[in-house]
Amino acid sequence: MEVISDDLGGAFWLLLAIKIGLILAVVMPGALAIIFGELKISAHMQSRMGPYFAGGRWGWAQPLADGLKFMQKEDLVPDAADARVYRLAPYVVLMGTFATFVVIPFGPDLVARNLDLGIFYLLAVSSLSTLGVLMAGWSSGNKYSLIGGLRAAAQLIAYELPLVLAVVGVAIQAETLSLSGIVNAQASWQWFGASPEWVNLIPPYMILQCLGLGIFVVASLAELSRIPFDMPIAESELTMGYLTEYSGLRFTMFFLGEYAGMVSLAAVASTLFLGGYWLPWVSVGMLNILGPFVLLSKVMVLAFIFIWLRWTFPRLREDQLQVIAWKWLIPLALFNILITGFLKVVI
Amino acid sequence: MTNGSWFPLSGLARGLALTMKTLFTKPVTVNYPLEKETPVPRARGVIALDPEACTVCMLCARECPDWCIYIEGHKEMQPPAKEGGRMRSRATLDRFDLDYALCMYCGICVEVCPFDALFWSPDYEYSEHKISDMLHDKERLEDWLQTVPSPPALER
Repeated sequence: MEVISDDLGGAFWLLLAIKIGLILAVVMPGALAIIFGELKISAHMQSRMGPYFAGGRWGWAQPLADGLKFMQKEDLVPDAADARVYRLAPYVVLMGTFATFVVIPFGPDLVARNLDLGIFYLLAVSSLSTLGVLMAGWSSGNKYSLIGGLRAAAQLIAYELPLVLAVVGVAIQAETLSLSGIVNAQASWQWFGASPEWVNLIPPYMILQCLGLGIFVVASLAELSRIPFDMPIAESELTMGYLTEYSGLRFTMFFLGEYAGMVSLAAVASTLFLGGYWLPWVSVGMLNILGPFVLLSKVMVLAFIFIWLRWTFPRLREDQLQVIAWKWLIPLALFNILITGFLKVVI
Repeated sequence: MTNGSWFPLSGLARGLALTMKTLFTKPVTVNYPLEKETPVPRARGVIALDPEACTVCMLCARECPDWCIYIEGHKEMQPPAKEGGRMRSRATLDRFDLDYALCMYCGICVEVCPFDALFWSPDYEYSEHKISDMLHDKERLEDWLQTVPSPPALER
């Protein structure tokens, strides 16, 4: 795609529309699939069955039915709310999520824009959605929303750091900030200088950067404010946090944004740590076709782990959240950078 | 670390193992319209009426805590049992409506009936789309008589 766009500068807007359409065509069904997976997996983890009748078999149409129901609901704006900011907030959340897909490579040529500073861009735009959350909490004119929004901001500051520091390890190892470059670095990795290519089916960075991967997964759970770290939402103490006043389509956008965020962070994690779209034995042309499926299957595995953690652990306390970030994750991430840098220089 | 575990985070791992194990065990859910639960023998599903046994004494309607039983009746004169005897009167049941939207299944009417005209039936599938349709008449209540289980054998 990138090659074509460079040749046809005149068709810029058309190509942009195609790219946006393609990204939506991947992310939206992915988010819906994860919502459905969450419904079913959570049910079976609690010895229930989950949706069963919607759409015929296994209740596959339940997420669609939920979406349709939300669309019929009234879109309320409270009197006390700052209406313009309140209406804008869900778009900011969704935009921040979708913007990450610009740099994620789905194949050797299937990347909307292969930026040299890919990781830098990625981490910058992924914080945008938390800004949307803060806007929602601040503008709702509701004390629960306000506390939820502020908690989200505190959580962002605490967990953005380990997220960035965990990625630094990968950047040192791969010697590049471009995501395609990182995938190539993983594909051409050789254990002890002489292992065949197919060994990299077990992603080398999953082993070399296992500490970084663990920190990244925990920090992305906190970024997404999913259950062990869902203090900004915290149903039982803040009703629904920053979501309290939202209804109808705008609530759906937040809801979809959470799951699209899961897709995006899982895609980032699988690109950085799990080898991305890469497969051995196939040509570049085939990789452009098979690559998206490889990446999406890795995304689904990570999404399963997110769901698994959510339905196993209870919510942490606010101080425990900060303790985990500042006393454990950040020192561990710094230690990881130190070890990675040391090994990089020595070996 | 509590519960005798010594390795850091082993408690978290045990929790994950439990949810994973539950994920692959069969759910306890009875998938209702497809498979049905067998009610226990003394289940309070619905109240059935034997109109032949009812004497329109109104005890059930009086005792009902939420006034969900509606009874109307009239006297009918019966021919004398012997030639030259006098006519006997007999109470006939015209209306016995029970509003299951009000009923709280306390069973006082069943307990209080002196002539064994009311019974508990385990049938539970009589939901309606409209709340007003939950008022069932004596023909419907008599149909449920078929579903009343026979009483358990007497204890010696």
